[in-house]
Amino acid sequence: MKRIVVRFCGDSGDGMQLTGNMFSSLSAILGHEISTLPDFPAEIRAPQGTIGGVSGFQVQLGSGVYTPGDKADVIVAMNAAALKVSAMSKHYHDHAIIIVDTDSLTDKDLEKAQYKTQNPFEELAIPEAVQIVPVALTTLTKEALKDSEMDNKSILKCRNMFALGLIYWLFDLPMDKAIHLLEEKFHKKPALIAPNTKVMVDGYNYGQNLALYVNQIRLTSHSETVSQRSGLYTSIAGNKATAWGLIAAAEKAGKHLFLGSYPITPATDILHELAGRKDMNVMAIQAEDEIAGVCTAIGAAFAGDLACTSTSGPGLSLKSEAIGLAVMAELPLVVVDVQRGGPSTGLPTKTEQTDLLQALYGRNGECPAVVLAASSSANCFDFAYQACKIALENMTPVILLTDTYLANGTALWRVPKLAELPAITPQSVPENLKGHFNPALRDERGVRYWAYPGMEGYEHRNIGLERDAEKGTISTNPENHERMVLARKRKIEQIANSLPDLKVQGNADSGTLLVGWGSTEGHLHAAADELHCALAQFNYICPLPKNTREVLSRYQRIIVCELNTGQFAAYLRAQFPDIHMEQYNEIMGQPFAVERIVAYGSKSI
Amino acid sequence: MEASQFKSDQYVRFCPGCGDHAICMALQKSMAQIGIPPHQVAVISGIGCSSRMPHYLNTYGFNTIHGRGGAIATGVKTSHPELTVWQMSGDGDCLAIGGNHFIHEIRRNVDLNVCLFNNRIYGLTKGQYSPTSPKGFISKSSPFGTVERPFVPAQLVLGAGGTFFARTLDVDMPTTVDCMVAAQQHKGCSIVECLVNCVIFNNGTHAWIADREQRAEHSIILKHGQKMIFGKENDKGLAVEIDPQTFVPKMIVVPADDPRVLTHDATQVDPTLHRLLALMGPENELPVALGVIRNVEMETYDEAVSKQIAEVREKAKAKTFDELTATLDTFLL
Repeated sequence: MKRIVVRFCGDSGDGMQLTGNMFSSLSAILGHEISTLPDFPAEIRAPQGTIGGVSGFQVQLGSGVYTPGDKADVIVAMNAAALKVSAMSKHYHDHAIIIVDTDSLTDKDLEKAQYKTQNPFEELAIPEAVQIVPVALTTLTKEALKDSEMDNKSILKCRNMFALGLIYWLFDLPMDKAIHLLEEKFHKKPALIAPNTKVMVDGYNYGQNLALYVNQIRLTSHSETVSQRSGLYTSIAGNKATAWGLIAAAEKAGKHLFLGSYPITPATDILHELAGRKDMNVMAIQAEDEIAGVCTAIGAAFAGDLACTSTSGPGLSLKSEAIGLAVMAELPLVVVDVQRGGPSTGLPTKTEQTDLLQALYGRNGECPAVVLAASSSANCFDFAYQACKIALENMTPVILLTDTYLANGTALWRVPKLAELPAITPQSVPENLKGHFNPALRDERGVRYWAYPGMEGYEHRNIGLERDAEKGTISTNPENHERMVLARKRKIEQIANSLPDLKVQGNADSGTLLVGWGSTEGHLHAAADELHCALAQFNYICPLPKNTREVLSRYQRIIVCELNTGQFAAYLRAQFPDIHMEQYNEIMGQPFAVERIVAYGSKSI
Repeated sequence: MEASQFKSDQYVRFCPGCGDHAICMALQKSMAQIGIPPHQVAVISGIGCSSRMPHYLNTYGFNTIHGRGGAIATGVKTSHPELTVWQMSGDGDCLAIGGNHFIHEIRRNVDLNVCLFNNRIYGLTKGQYSPTSPKGFISKSSPFGTVERPFVPAQLVLGAGGTFFARTLDVDMPTTVDCMVAAQQHKGCSIVECLVNCVIFNNGTHAWIADREQRAEHSIILKHGQKMIFGKENDKGLAVEIDPQTFVPKMIVVPADDPRVLTHDATQVDPTLHRLLALMGPENELPVALGVIRNVEMETYDEAVSKQIAEVREKAKAKTFDELTATLDTFLL
């Protein structure tokens, strides 16, 4: 097989995220492309065994992997509730394999999961072609650890490793590498290594020895199909990739990295990662609120640092006024918005692309800022890096949009060397302005110069008030205001000169073009392949790539696909009112299902 | 250095007679006295009359948005502890919209010098009551008088674990300069409450002590290590009396030669007495305390943040991006 989708699901306390991550990591280490989708409840611990407490982790592995897959080929269900959620949400194919813990299907378990009968499989109307593999996971785990001195509760926590071992057997993965990975995962809790290894190996052997009546699945080795650049690879989650992109950019630019942030789902891992990277000289501040997060960053930018803030939609709303200050004061600032379901508190753990218009327009006054969007967990690194480069070279806030799907999902990442990354040249003030500097002085691109405290001879006052275009001091002159509004607008527009052209993927000669932006690239790529049509996926949103009109005007049928009600379509229509665009939207807090895009695209207009 | 070296070329636009003029001059004098060159000084402000101050100082300055000066100043100082950072803020900017940043910069003990201009009114928006306006205060937004209790800034500062609190009066230049210099010399978050008059919207708000005839009787200038003596004839002293029933301590006025007269200790970590002193005023028929009331040294936030980074970095094996990626579990394709 070329690709396969596996979904682990169980109670939030069952360690499904860890299990899924370990399986994905091992797959990646073995050279498979991976794309993962953690799907967990917002509650830390819902009542054990209930529907609300089901946590899932889906991964697609193999070659030509663009998404975590619409539906699973293999499901591991750790309890009755997980089995029910999988069936109700149609998480698997009609011919899938479901491995289920039979010890967790007692009457009490069924009652907690609100089954109406004693026969869960019949009640859920699981299709006949689905192969159900009942395994007494709990009993077998207890058996594996019967000689250990662990208490019952601790033993039960190892159940997930039995399931993992079983899945390793199913895919015929090498246990020496699996054990090595487990040792690394648990290196901070050495006492847990031995029991978990024992249970995992027993799970593998259970599959092997009892010759479970399922066939092992062999994935085509990656080297036969690899189309990517050669190099060192690892698997990385989007939030971590974002954090590392900021770190790399700071070092490349020769700047200190400062992060002012406030915990918010699903962006917090960026703060976690950077708070832990003091070895890289990162200063990460947990501020008293979202506003202080961005304001401390603005302070650091004023003082000459590469300053960033990380947040999600609600936090971006709170930061609006301060981002406006950075626009007005013309300071470099990177704002990472890991989008989640909104409005208000909305769906904190679910994915959505609904902050686009907020990022573009959600500030008072004529307030242009650069907007970028990453389109895979791995290229969160590249666009975080680009965001820093654009901010430092153009003295502007840059808003980088990622989302829950990219942030928590993992993908294969080619590890770059700092030397191969593009140069970053901060807009430092030239020596000849010493003694007569003011914050309105611009270069030929219209970008003002950066001088900051500590530099002798460049003392100046920066402001959130309108400034005189010549002197940099407060001005309420009407003509000057218009001149400054246009100067700030043009400064953003000229950035398009240094952006790469928009590329057309898939069948460029088709009459149909799918258009997407940000995190939907994998799903749209897979859909475009099936539809034999073209795809234009945008990473640069404001400003747009210079060839955007040229690309769009080549196609008879344009379908703008987004996880919102049509925000990018509205933006594009405003730029290109003469080009007709259809739109396809889903807004369910989940990534696209490729099959639904294909179904829509197949319909003739 | 000379005060003139800290004057910018901008015309000072405070209203004629506004108390902020005096504070501006005192700031320039104190900066000269402290002697840190202008390029190593950053003055951050929010919005309001007093937040115009950075424009009149020839240092680095940043006149930001309403209430956020504290957070922005925290970012400047934390990222660059080598700089001297001042924050200019008013009673609305600091205690209403910026209240959260104010208490947290104090709690963290960020090494900032904060001038809190208290005129008990919103001036720039033309006369609304502020969090320090007395209850019943009539203003454009409280035509029938306010129904809310005011903040006493010192209470907030001490409640948030403040390490430095001073209070001064616009018309008392020597005390203002002393307070500013002490604030700069104090390592940690220094709050200087500047009682300023708003001639337009709240004229005479501090008349009880601003009036030259009354000042000596109605205020006391506290000096560390000196007896708490005041009055036109220096004939009065301050002492503490504890109610035998409730154990509640209160300040009392006694003759200057009374052995109970207290000696001011600004460095006392326990804030009990500092709070009693800061709460004195016409309400309890006691002199308003001016000068440095509290001056305690504790580790500063900016120092601790940098120290932790240095410690981790010293032990770290990977210090560059390439060294960091070398620690990853990678595989060759």
